[in-house]
Amino acid sequence: MGYAGSYPGSRTETVPIAIKILVAGGFGAGKTTLVGALTEIRPLRTEEDLSGPGMQVDITEGVERKTTTTVAMDFGRITIREDLVVYLFGTPGQQRFWFMWDELALGALGAVVLADTRRLADCFPSVDYFERRGTPFIVAVNCFDGARRFDPEIVRSALSLNLDVPVVLCDARQRSSCRDVLVTLVEHAIRLLAFGPDPVSSAR
Amino acid sequence: MAPADDRWLDHEAGPVVRPYALTGGRTRPSGEESFDLMAMVTAVRGALGSTYDLEPEHLTLLRLCRLPASVADLASDMDLPLGVVRILLSDMRDRGLVRVYHPVPTRLTDPQLLREVADGLRRLLSR
Repeated sequence: MGYAGSYPGSRTETVPIAIKILVAGGFGAGKTTLVGALTEIRPLRTEEDLSGPGMQVDITEGVERKTTTTVAMDFGRITIREDLVVYLFGTPGQQRFWFMWDELALGALGAVVLADTRRLADCFPSVDYFERRGTPFIVAVNCFDGARRFDPEIVRSALSLNLDVPVVLCDARQRSSCRDVLVTLVEHAIRLLAFGPDPVSSAR
Repeated sequence: MAPADDRWLDHEAGPVVRPYALTGGRTRPSGEESFDLMAMVTAVRGALGSTYDLEPEHLTLLRLCRLPASVADLASDMDLPLGVVRILLSDMRDRGLVRVYHPVPTRLTDPQLLREVADGLRRLLSR
């Protein structure tokens, strides 16, 4: 989908294809560390209750009572080719930020849910959200120093994940480890395209 | 309920208010079509020649989208909240100064493209 350059003298440009990947998880699970290990983090601000094409009239009802806050996301960009760019969005996991999630999840390739085994329950809301939405996601267990190493299958069962949802261990400080997490997600999305979600393999 | 434009001027108004001064107090972009985070915006040829009455923020945006830039890129580069940038962009779209390319959802169902993404990530991030 080329089109004429915007400025005299510029060559014909291509509008890049943008691929959106979300990094979700509880507070302190390592979202910022993971995005930062992969690419330069750039702050991206949004505002509670004001942004988003999905905003409904009833949501604005409470605006007067709320303080007006901006929420910063960890935003990163990985340019694969001139015409193919991956955008990473580290999103606050608490439910009060869900107003952003609908927009972020719309058209996303998928999501990485970062889990901290010391606070595994913190990623329940993210897992629930992506399950309900049908967004491809994987769970990456961030192995902090000193944190007990978990068997991924124990994490799977603690989170009642479907058997087809990949659970991987990672070190969010290591670029190669974070790369493998992203690649696992993309390959999972490809697999879902080919076979669809497994309807009967729930571990629940 | 206070009119939308006055809502932000009360004593509880927080730090989001100042950026919205740039939009004349508007909190929504004009027009039906919203600006997806991943929509690509590009300045149309000659746009910078007809901008005598634009605000400096509009001009900065125009310069930033000489090459196609996503709405998220623009908000981050401008260090302005997304909502503000969307309004500024809608001003410029209405005046025909920028072109907006919306993401094509079907691309995510193209396994070949996704394989290119996986290969690209592997290759790039292994350096």
